[in-house]
Amino acid sequence: MESVHYDEKAGRFVARLQERDYLKLDQIIERYRDKPGFLIPALKDAQSLFGFLPMEVQRYLGKGLKISPSHIYGVVTFYAFFTTVPRGRHVARCCLGTACYVKGASDIVKKMEESLSIKVGETTRDLSFSLEVVRCVGACGLAPVMFVDDDAHTMLQPEKIEAILHKY
Amino acid sequence: MGESRLQIMVCAGTRCVSGGATRLRQLLGEALDARGLAGEVEVFPAECNGLCGQGPVLAVQPDGIIYGPVRPEHIPLLIEEHFINRRPLERLMLRAPALDGRVPLMKDVPFFKDQRLIVMRNRGRINPERIEEYIAQDGYFALSKALHEMTPEGVIDEIKRSGLRGRGGGGFPTGVKWEEVRKYDRFPKYTICNGDEGDPGAFMDRTVLESDPHSVLEGMAISAYAIGAHQGYIYVRAEYPLAIQSLETAMAQAREHGLLGSDILGCGFDFDVTVYPGAGAFVCGESTALMYSLEGRRGMPRIKPPRSAEAGLWGLPTNLNNVETFANVPAIILKGAAWFASIGTAGSKGTKVFALTGAVSNVGLVEVPMGTTLRTLVFDIGGGIPDGRRFKSAQMGGPSGGCIPEALLDTPIDFDSLTQAGSMMGSGGVVIMDERTCMVNTAKFFTEFSVDESCGKCAPCREGLKVMLDKLTAITGGAGEPGDIAFLEKLARHIQATSHCGLGQTAPNPVLSTIRYFRDEYETHIREKRCPALICPALIRFRVKEDICRMCGLCFNACPAHAIQWKKKQPAFIDRSICTKCRSCIRACKFGAIE
Repeated sequence: MESVHYDEKAGRFVARLQERDYLKLDQIIERYRDKPGFLIPALKDAQSLFGFLPMEVQRYLGKGLKISPSHIYGVVTFYAFFTTVPRGRHVARCCLGTACYVKGASDIVKKMEESLSIKVGETTRDLSFSLEVVRCVGACGLAPVMFVDDDAHTMLQPEKIEAILHKY
Repeated sequence: MGESRLQIMVCAGTRCVSGGATRLRQLLGEALDARGLAGEVEVFPAECNGLCGQGPVLAVQPDGIIYGPVRPEHIPLLIEEHFINRRPLERLMLRAPALDGRVPLMKDVPFFKDQRLIVMRNRGRINPERIEEYIAQDGYFALSKALHEMTPEGVIDEIKRSGLRGRGGGGFPTGVKWEEVRKYDRFPKYTICNGDEGDPGAFMDRTVLESDPHSVLEGMAISAYAIGAHQGYIYVRAEYPLAIQSLETAMAQAREHGLLGSDILGCGFDFDVTVYPGAGAFVCGESTALMYSLEGRRGMPRIKPPRSAEAGLWGLPTNLNNVETFANVPAIILKGAAWFASIGTAGSKGTKVFALTGAVSNVGLVEVPMGTTLRTLVFDIGGGIPDGRRFKSAQMGGPSGGCIPEALLDTPIDFDSLTQAGSMMGSGGVVIMDERTCMVNTAKFFTEFSVDESCGKCAPCREGLKVMLDKLTAITGGAGEPGDIAFLEKLARHIQATSHCGLGQTAPNPVLSTIRYFRDEYETHIREKRCPALICPALIRFRVKEDICRMCGLCFNACPAHAIQWKKKQPAFIDRSICTKCRSCIRACKFGAIE
């Protein structure tokens, strides 16, 4: 799936599915069409194709499997395994372990959310960043810590966040 | 098990592998080859025996001699002595923590001595990828006996008389459940294996599925015959890819051998199984939620009755048992109800598998007869608490269970005694805690888990647990107030009484049990704003008690933030403007000088 973009009007990520995406989805539908109840495995297969489950995929699967989109959406949002948000090119993870927390990691997260204009668990509209929080990364002496991809940024202060994120 | 004269079973458990067991296996194979012993001695990966503290561990069968820890440089000598001179190498034998000296024979190691293996009867003895090895250990004989010699009613009667109770936590009598499903005249019926093991610290179902999948398949086939079902499902959590793979392999082999599919063993009985991977929702361990999930819906429990025995999957009569329950069934059918009922206590028969973790010397899976005391489990089998620390509490039953204090160490482990003690059998996770554990923080941890996993359908669980967590967060953060304990107790009772399903009804147990047995710790947090175990950072002063400090400098070396000033013959000093409260100094100090 090459074209994923954020649609302002829809307020969500929209995927423009290509011919070959449909073909792959058809294979999944074929596999599970006659097996009532096999929605979850079907969604898993679809997510492993695209990395996430945009509405377009949910709808197409719904049509093929004869399941209403609202039912599918309900299932997708219920289980921890599924996500409707694509991963950004960079992933920023802030440590919320005890030591970082005590040293003000919650302020860091707040600042990250502000400068990227997204919440934890979301991806920026231009797909450049995803924001996550993690438990202790074992760098307590350098707290608070955040990782951008594999780079560690340590002893952070909220004022530094903006500049760090800009480098990517 | 092959044609070789001797087998070397090298542990393939996580701890041994990280200690180099895989390389050890490869080197052993090469060394045996070089000495021309490859045909005589075969090297196998084996399931974790639970002696992780002394890994990498290997056992030589059928000699029954166990060595550990074994390093690559030991190999030449080991082969020379044990396999050529036939003189077991004493200096490499396992050292038992409780005994003096080396213990050559597996059966003499205290860790194994007090265990009784029914569910894990094939532990370390078979290769799960070969059905022939399972069959060689009397595998599928029970299914054959049931199909050829017993009526479905006879099977149910046998299971009822054995006293087998569900191993997933609830402890419902298995035979009674089967009888109920059989009684309904609606078809098709289903039998489901619950492998949605979700408690933090529990991994026995995963291990059974990975290392002895046929025992579960055989148990399911017997249950299907008893209740009149022809289709089974195994619901396995998605986090267990190896278990799923192992099951798929086992099912394919069973089909090839006519042990699954149509006309099993020529008896005209059809039964097949489908593996269904879950998608990450703890609540799906609840029976009705699991069945909704199998139907491709959100896994939210519904009100009972009707019980799933009457209206389960797709509204049809359905039997649901846990992995461990099914693994018990073939042994009962083969050896008889009387044999099984002779093991255990009056109300709880047979054995239970526990995942022993936390502050205990032997971390791993153990299987003991019901009625074994917690003391035996922790001190004899578990080898006690390492580093001379003190036992504080055993957390059993995960987020649905409770903490059992030292005073109740002699409680026999069975369904009823544990419930009485305010905990529960649960699925079998046992986390041992020593004096460095804060009980309020532990209660908070489990409540956090339950808040995350609440499905949100009913208010007491969805909202009540959140309020409970807020209160616990306040207490551990130094904002506790008098009256908080009473408030927590009252709220907990309400949640227990009014929640919809087992998750909500049991989620307050960690809080209630810690209040019951460790009330003083709550009070210290609230009144003195102090965490006696030095866990809750907001309640630690990070100050060196100069009268206790031995000026050794260990804390100085341990501090990653360079917040500690220390010179020889001077007590250390913590600069709190630099301190990150990471607790490294507390862990490093041998004298408890930091408060």
